[in-house]
Amino acid sequence: MNVIEKLNKAEEARLLADGKVIPDFSAGDTLVVQVRITEGTRTRLQAFEGVCIARSGKGVNESFTVRKISYGEGVERVFPVYSPLVEAIEIKRKGKVRRAKLYYLRERRGKSARIVERTTGRGIVAARKKGEARKKKDA
Amino acid sequence: MLRTGLLAKKLGMTHVYDDLGNHVPVTVLSLEGCQVVAQKTKERDGYSAVQLGAGEAKPKRVSKAERERFAKAGVTPKRKLVEFRVADENLVEVGEELVAGHFLPGQKVDVSGVTVGKGFAGAMKRHNFGGLRATHGVSISHRSHGSTGQCQDPGKVFKGKKMAGHMGAVRRTNQNLEVARVEIEDGLILIKGATPGAKGAWVEVRDAVKKAQPEDIIFPAATMGDRKAALKAAEEAEASALAEAEAEAKRVAEEQAAAMAATTDDEGGEG
Repeated sequence: MNVIEKLNKAEEARLLADGKVIPDFSAGDTLVVQVRITEGTRTRLQAFEGVCIARSGKGVNESFTVRKISYGEGVERVFPVYSPLVEAIEIKRKGKVRRAKLYYLRERRGKSARIVERTTGRGIVAARKKGEARKKKDA
Repeated sequence: MLRTGLLAKKLGMTHVYDDLGNHVPVTVLSLEGCQVVAQKTKERDGYSAVQLGAGEAKPKRVSKAERERFAKAGVTPKRKLVEFRVADENLVEVGEELVAGHFLPGQKVDVSGVTVGKGFAGAMKRHNFGGLRATHGVSISHRSHGSTGQCQDPGKVFKGKKMAGHMGAVRRTNQNLEVARVEIEDGLILIKGATPGAKGAWVEVRDAVKKAQPEDIIFPAATMGDRKAALKAAEEAEASALAEAEAEAKRVAEEQAAAMAATTDDEGGEG
């Protein structure tokens, strides 16, 4: 592994050292991103909720784009996945999409911009299994 | 109080996050065994400087004269040699290895190196000219520089006229770059922003001439010898502290044992 890769890995580990977990999400998922905002001396969290329309880059350089319609106006924000300013990422709903980049949503509004919920497939089966295992354990 | 700089290899760029969570683009510079190979002194050479070498050269590929020079200094043959002018009192011993702790995070430095070569470049790329129009009768000269001067008077193109030509591959210095982070273990210096040079190029890093330096920088230089000594001292201090703690624990245990023995004796007496 070359020095820069090593450095990136170390930086990744450092940013996740405080137990921060980055969920396994992809384009099409509806996310709630908690962003830390500093105003003067005090900091607070601001939630940004919308559809993840792209993930790009990899490793410590990875970022994702979240799009939402705010007061009738489309708003997109790009967050670095590992940024310490992104306090938490919560998956609200998984979406069924056939592309990695959902840039076509930019030209769509309302009904045609809907994304069908995904109830099977990657990530979800495992979650259900976990739930069953827990139920068994409880029983 | 001019002190020596460091000779480093540019590895490439990446980014890190600072304490506030801001995203900082950095250039990664690596000290490839940066050692003092020779000293220049006022008495002998008329000026004071240290000659630093870095990188590993195959002894077989180094000329005998050079090999002898390295042998005399007691260092392995180096790939690249560079001189840094220093104040008389800041000369560093020959053979000393310099460490990344020479620079402190937040400090401003100047970085010199040979820029990426661009070959023969046109006026648009080389001097940011605007070029000619895309339409309105312009033919096959959309990226040309246009006029180069007047007419019969002066009847020549003035010297220094910006025109197409060779671009890049010249020595340049970027001033007042900030040191973002220093990794002493790995011998890495992370500089905020870009530095001259392609990946794998050698660059010289020195204290910024136009900015005041922090007071806790190390004079004449941060060396491996000092660092090892400091580490050893820390280790010894820790070991002695550990031994003391152990002795204390032993003493307490003995006391407790004695007390226990006394109480059992008492019980025995009652029985």
